[in-house]
Amino acid sequence: MSAIPVQAAPADALRVRDLSVGFAAGGRVLTAVDGVSFDLVPGETLALLGESGCGKSATALALLRLLPDAGRILGGRAELGGDDLLALPPARLRDVRGNRLAMIFQEPATSLNPVLTVGQQIGEVLARHLGLAGEAARARSEALLRQVGIADPAARLAAYPFQLSGGMKQRVMIAIALAAEPRFLLADEPTTALDVTIQAQILALLRDLQAQRGMGMLLITHDLGVVAEAAHRVGVMYAGQLIETGRRDDFFRRPAHPYTQALFAALPDVARRGRRLLALPGQVPTLARMPAGCRFAPRCPKAFARCGSEAPAWWPVPGAEEGGQQVRCHLYDPAEAARYREAFPSAPEPAVAGCGTDAAAMVTAGQDAATPAASDAPGAAPLLDVQDLQVHFPIRRGLFKRTVGWVKAVDGVSLHLERGRTLALVGESGCGKTTVGKGILRLLRPTRGEVALAGRLVPDHGRQALAPFRRQMQMVFQDPFASLNPRLTVGAILLEGMTALGLPGGKPGAAEREAAVAALLDQVGLPAEAAYRYPHEFSGGQRQRIAIARALAVQPDLLVCDEPTSALDVSVQAQILNLLAELQERLGLAYLFITHNFAVVEYLAHEVAVMYLGRIVERGTVDEVLRDPRHPYTRTLLAAVPRIAAAGEGAVGNVASPGETPSPANPPAGCHFQPRCPEADAACRARYPEETRLSPTRVVHCHRWAGKDVPPMLDK
Amino acid sequence: MFAYLVRRLAYAVPILLGVNLLTFALFFVVNTPDDMARMQLGVKRVTAEAIAKWKAERGYDKPLFFNGAADGTAKLTDTIFYAKSARMFVGDFGAAEDGRDIAREIATRIGPSTALAVPTFIVGLLVTVSAALLLAFVRGTRLDFWGVVACVAAMSVSGLFYIIFGQWLFSKALRLVPISGYADGLSAFKFLVLPVAIGVVAGLGSSIRWYRTLFIEEIGKDYVRTARAKGLGEGTVLFRHVLKNAMIPILTGVVVVIPQLFLGSLLMESFFGIPGLGSYTIDAINAQDFSVVRAMVFIGSVLYIAGLILTDLSYTLVDPRVRFD
Ligand SMILES: Nc1ncnc2c1ncn2[C@@H]1O[C@H](COP(=O)(O)OP(=O)(O)O)[C@@H](O)[C@H]1O
Ligand code: SF4
Ligand code: SF4
Ligand SMILES: [Mg+2]
Repeated sequence: MSAIPVQAAPADALRVRDLSVGFAAGGRVLTAVDGVSFDLVPGETLALLGESGCGKSATALALLRLLPDAGRILGGRAELGGDDLLALPPARLRDVRGNRLAMIFQEPATSLNPVLTVGQQIGEVLARHLGLAGEAARARSEALLRQVGIADPAARLAAYPFQLSGGMKQRVMIAIALAAEPRFLLADEPTTALDVTIQAQILALLRDLQAQRGMGMLLITHDLGVVAEAAHRVGVMYAGQLIETGRRDDFFRRPAHPYTQALFAALPDVARRGRRLLALPGQVPTLARMPAGCRFAPRCPKAFARCGSEAPAWWPVPGAEEGGQQVRCHLYDPAEAARYREAFPSAPEPAVAGCGTDAAAMVTAGQDAATPAASDAPGAAPLLDVQDLQVHFPIRRGLFKRTVGWVKAVDGVSLHLERGRTLALVGESGCGKTTVGKGILRLLRPTRGEVALAGRLVPDHGRQALAPFRRQMQMVFQDPFASLNPRLTVGAILLEGMTALGLPGGKPGAAEREAAVAALLDQVGLPAEAAYRYPHEFSGGQRQRIAIARALAVQPDLLVCDEPTSALDVSVQAQILNLLAELQERLGLAYLFITHNFAVVEYLAHEVAVMYLGRIVERGTVDEVLRDPRHPYTRTLLAAVPRIAAAGEGAVGNVASPGETPSPANPPAGCHFQPRCPEADAACRARYPEETRLSPTRVVHCHRWAGKDVPPMLDK
Repeated sequence: MFAYLVRRLAYAVPILLGVNLLTFALFFVVNTPDDMARMQLGVKRVTAEAIAKWKAERGYDKPLFFNGAADGTAKLTDTIFYAKSARMFVGDFGAAEDGRDIAREIATRIGPSTALAVPTFIVGLLVTVSAALLLAFVRGTRLDFWGVVACVAAMSVSGLFYIIFGQWLFSKALRLVPISGYADGLSAFKFLVLPVAIGVVAGLGSSIRWYRTLFIEEIGKDYVRTARAKGLGEGTVLFRHVLKNAMIPILTGVVVVIPQLFLGSLLMESFFGIPGLGSYTIDAINAQDFSVVRAMVFIGSVLYIAGLILTDLSYTLVDPRVRFD
């Protein structure tokens, strides 16, 4: 590999050089991390950015030598204060772990020991590295819990992890990591498993602690927004290699590597509405089949002959100061200057003025698709009309499993959706979004409420009675791995959908069936041969295409999409969003799009409904709700979303709403949001707010807006 | 907690009744009361009258389940099933077909049974868990590999082989201990050493492998990585973190058998001539002694249910997430 240009780091940095990590698989060792070098400097946060499987976690785990059993460190050094962590004898390494270098993990739910109390788990570190025990340790643990923002820390010391919420567990994890005051902290996707408001709280906490203690932090993430909010420097990884490094502001001002640029261009965003997102073709190469030359070459829109045969060296980005932004791409080789100008034509200086414009430039020309216009004639019944839907689950207790209460998962939700339109249902986990979807499709029996499809009332239950409605509405689930039967071929899966609902046209012959399957696959951008293969042979994005094809098999009018892209990487998410937009335009489908990702809402949806604890608190067009949110919860949610725009503006500070979502089994009295609402008053604690119509298209449930109604049909 | 116990005990009654019905039905599908009488009286000189007399004396002249000739509730109560089985629910086991009192017999035989079964269980558990922890500790090394190979080899040898080989080696060839028999008090020791040792060894292969898998699975969990990231030594990680969590699945397998230790071991007791409940049961089966068989099956199911309840209760000790309310 080429010499890696890392700027001269202070002597007290954690210096990683040429780190290579492999995993043993079937007698071979496949390289997952290949020659990665960086410096972790006290007082600075370095974000390691990349899509899943690119080797971010393996890099961090290797530094502490905590790789899983199959993992092998193949080479390199990690110097910390004169020691090489990768070569230290085990006993000395244990003195470093948790003491000078600590780590927090992605899954707070599984990373804490379920059978030890919070106090025991923190105390262990204090005893191991600081020799604290008894009262001193207890007082110290309490102080730590207070520092990480846990209320009533003395009582929490005796709690077990299962008694804490996800956000609190991650706070405890942070307290454990910080117990011995480490100089360096490795944080592996610390907020990925958390809801957006909790993510904002934890990010703010990490940022503050890092600054206060002058720690060097390695922040691993796949989310550009998180990088923008919390990092000082950025390293981008692709297929096991670091391919671009630089200061955050430079990086956001002009992402240099074609892959990084593609990541930016793949982000859904309001500025890209009605246009296709840039979706990289293909997938990240697998470990067993790394391309020779540049690893990005098979997917790179700017690749040329040299890329396929020769691995690129590190080059400074033109205009970057000494030790600044570096990129591993042939285009930045001064010898390729002509080609560079060709690849970035508009830029006299390298690259682009801002990621927004850059992204616009990357959008494939000529493929722009206008947002489908609402096809509703005035007065026509909407495609979907949901009135006061309720789904309550019983809580059973005691000797005879009596019902002692109800979890009001969905508690009076009303929605309308026109043909060819997209309604986004947003809210944090557990607020009842999926249950609404299942209640509408009658995959769950609703407790109350009516659902009408194209003016006809959908019956509560009964296979026979429901069959015609099942044909009109279909669901696409979050997890493309779990929702497809692994024992059936893709063709069989698609046919199953068609025949189970007894599609008109009788029983077509084998040839016609094959043609129908091929047409479906073609519709979602898969080759006809896919019909003969099994779901496990496909990648996550392809599986989601199959799931969509299965839903389309019955030619529905309405698709309920439950977080269809949240398990996918950004570049793959872009492919699926493009597909959904295209299908809507071609087939006039309506989507009820369940998501927690506002960028996706901005990009794809026409209307949006915000849910909190089983009820809709604000509903309106995307412009109304996202540009000018009125409900305090909507404002909290939007403020919590990490924004790329924040980068470059220097100071970032989020209004993180305090507290966490209460349980729907026991919602707060009055307005459900009242305990967390900055604007709550006595009225809010007394009763649930009525609906206020703020415009013909927007309603909100909040006392602050009571009486400010606009007559419903004022402007038509 | 109290409500939980009441509920479990209430569930136990129909289960016991069902088990009883099943034993009863199975026994009388294979045997008839006539067969039993012939067996007890000796096959040679049995007359029809002798058989009828034997049955009448012991109440086997009635119908099995339903007495159409009787009135009212007697239709159900005046039957073999009611007379023989229902009484057991109040702890009355009655007499064996040879006239001896079953309860007294059980009381004298329970001592030898537990003297054999309890040490086998405790020593076996200690050896197994230590060996499995050791293999998990050195997982992936050559010691681990050969350890697993040895376990598989030990598993594929029949239990009978251990008994016969052990008796031959230690009793016949080396003459260290008596080949079989039993004595009360301290002298029981020399009779018990060999069966206990063989009982332990015969079970090692499969259980070490099972526990090793369990420990390794536990070691792969995220919280263990967290423990290591704290700088804890491998010993602390193993004993404080892994073992404590592994106790949860271990308890499922272990606590449930504890009450059944009182029943003794059918195989070991028969081979080593130990006058415990295991050999009692085997003898009763051979003699077609229904009264004893149904009593032992009944006690077995009671102990099994007790084991299940104990298992649940023991969870509350090791798993803070489990609470009964
Ligand atoms: N236990 C393992 N056994 C085999 N391969 C693994 C294992 N863990 C990770 N890998 C592989 O190593 C590569 C890098 O993984 P990882 O560091 O977890 O990626 P990231 O954190 O960037 O998502 C991936 O290709 C992954 O499939
Ligand atoms: S080296 Fe070639 S293939 Fe690789 S990123 Fe640069 S232009 Fe693309
Ligand atoms: S009703 Fe009151 S508590 Fe609820 S959101 Fe409005 S201001 Fe906040
Ligand atoms: Mg990872």
